[in-house]
Amino acid sequence: MQLVLEKRAERSATIALVSPLIAIGLTLVTMSILFAILGKNPLSALGVYFIDPLIDGYSLQEIAVKATPLVMIAIGLSLCYLANAWNIGAEGQFLIGAVAGSWLAVKTQGTDAGHWVLPAMLLLGALAGALYALIPAICKVRFGASEILTSLMLVYVADLLLDYLVRGPWRDPKGFNFPTTAEFDPVATVPVLIEGGRLHLGAIIALAVVAAGAVLLGRTINGFEIRVVGAAPRAARFGGFNATRLILLTFAISGALAGLAGIVEVAGPVGHLQPGISPGYGFTAIIVAFLGRLNPIGILVAALFLALTFIGGEQAQIAMKIPLDVTKVFQGILLFYVLACDSLILYRFRLIAASSKVQSGAH
Amino acid sequence: MRKFFVAAAAAMLATGAGLFGAHAADKLKVGFIYLGPIGDLGWTYQHDLARQALVKELGDRIETTYLENVSEGPDAERSIEQLARAGNKLIFTTSFGYMEPTLKVAKKYPNVHFEHATGYKRDKNMSTYSGRFYEGRYIQGLIAARMSKSGVLGYIGSFPIPEVISGINSTMLAAQTINPNIKVKIIWVNSWFDPGKEADAAKALIDQGADVIMQHTDSPAAMQVAAERGKLAFGQDSEMIKFGPKTQLTSIIDNWAPYYIERVRAELDGKWASENTWDGLKEKMVVMAPYTNMPDDVKKIAEDTEAAIKDGKLHPFKCPIIGQDGKQVECKGEHLSDDQILSMNFYVKGIDEAIPGK
Repeated sequence: MQLVLEKRAERSATIALVSPLIAIGLTLVTMSILFAILGKNPLSALGVYFIDPLIDGYSLQEIAVKATPLVMIAIGLSLCYLANAWNIGAEGQFLIGAVAGSWLAVKTQGTDAGHWVLPAMLLLGALAGALYALIPAICKVRFGASEILTSLMLVYVADLLLDYLVRGPWRDPKGFNFPTTAEFDPVATVPVLIEGGRLHLGAIIALAVVAAGAVLLGRTINGFEIRVVGAAPRAARFGGFNATRLILLTFAISGALAGLAGIVEVAGPVGHLQPGISPGYGFTAIIVAFLGRLNPIGILVAALFLALTFIGGEQAQIAMKIPLDVTKVFQGILLFYVLACDSLILYRFRLIAASSKVQSGAH
Repeated sequence: MRKFFVAAAAAMLATGAGLFGAHAADKLKVGFIYLGPIGDLGWTYQHDLARQALVKELGDRIETTYLENVSEGPDAERSIEQLARAGNKLIFTTSFGYMEPTLKVAKKYPNVHFEHATGYKRDKNMSTYSGRFYEGRYIQGLIAARMSKSGVLGYIGSFPIPEVISGINSTMLAAQTINPNIKVKIIWVNSWFDPGKEADAAKALIDQGADVIMQHTDSPAAMQVAAERGKLAFGQDSEMIKFGPKTQLTSIIDNWAPYYIERVRAELDGKWASENTWDGLKEKMVVMAPYTNMPDDVKKIAEDTEAAIKDGKLHPFKCPIIGQDGKQVECKGEHLSDDQILSMNFYVKGIDEAIPGK
């Protein structure tokens, strides 16, 4: 007898639905074993990770704060990926958006500028992100340059530009040369939604982005075009769809959303511009986009879930002295199972007689 | 993977210890926020050594918790607040970048006391503390000038903040007392910990003629490069002799244990108050590693200087001090004031380079 992986005639809708659940189930089992090896009670460890943050108002807020930039960026990326355009540089667009919006905050600092400052900052952030994302898009459609490489390389350019600005021209004059701008004025700060908490207006913007993404993909011609160009480029050409225009469009949208996320993060939870404003949100969002199956609602769920593992992991460090590395192992295991289970959508296991000549894993 | 097993083993030990410990409920909870992973050496490692010393000293009355690898970005405020919410009454935030987040959380939790390392903003429930590392730098400057054959020192800087600038100046003021024509080449790596960049910087400095390498960064990479190339070097933060048994002259070791024990005692006695602490060799917050790989007469100079600084007979920034521009630096006493050192943003005469961004 032999166990082989065999391609299905068509993708299994049932598995597509239950595979994330199987993945989570397998992750929980694996983690329980790991916790037991570590000498922790698996049930209470999993409780600290997954239940405690969900029954506590403060933690719920923090989950939303953590998920906000991930959602915004991942929705934009999903449009690109659906259209077969590979924007890997959301991190750079995030940083450029943060820089562009901060410019206004720094320039109006200490003046009596009114409440127009914050909306203008958000607009600037989105605009800068879009323009920055258009660089690799134009290089692709005009010169055939790989957008994967160019968009990725532009991340470092953005990072160094931010670095230069906060160490040089924008440095807080009273900050003893430390690389940071002064704290933004109240009119340049994203307002919090609940007094005393950190949940801010950005969370509402993120929800609006999810809704807009769902409408765009499900109800508009552009959305239809994006999906067709990605899924069947030849058919799209016969249909008269303009792939070039779509690449530019999806890059611009995803850049704008990443840039918006950047300035919201800086003007919100951080409150000033400094190096290290992003713990890799632009890259984590790529994982979120795929975990959410490039679907706006899926992305929202995936971002919240990933945020939950961060918050839960932190509480596990405090409450049960579980090392941070375990949280990272945990996230890795989860991704591994999700990808492994997803292969069951297109493939299935079959037991066959040992003498059979059938080859496994046909592509 | 190896790291994971170490972590797993450590966690098991921690659980075992927990089982035999007393009840946690009536103990004072003390929290720590670390910038990096604890690792085997460097900034965070030194803070954790101090935490362990604290547990050893007062373990029956306190319970400590730490969060490691907390980035200085948007996550910091949440991590600090999590510790406050978990019932920690005294929280040490051990990197400059936690200043604003610590301040924000301190305002929200007026009954919790905070201790922020290396910052300059305080509140009624938020103290600051740091070490007078420039005192150690002065001793290094003397040793370097005596040991250098080329008369060129290589200096790897992290960020051009006052702490680092004052370290460079202190080194040069000392070195000039031995060799008035001594030169220093400085490379900024814009990071506290980046072994790749630090190693590259060390190579570039040696290629430019430097034969003694000094660093204000965390990793032993520069020490290893100096060892490979047969040059001399100073360690930083931790004892680094094992990375250059024939290379390390001494190392400036951060020793936070006495301070942590003192502050926790004050908290236990209900005597904690917001303060600005800046301790040096005398209080043993800054400790010199053994003086090695040098002749006895150089060692004697180093030891005598260390003793003189401890006794208050010698101050590295004794006036008059001439700035890079040739003008005498304003001075109201025997030496520069603490405020002047804490906000230092000029090079002394004899340094040819410019401060980045100035």
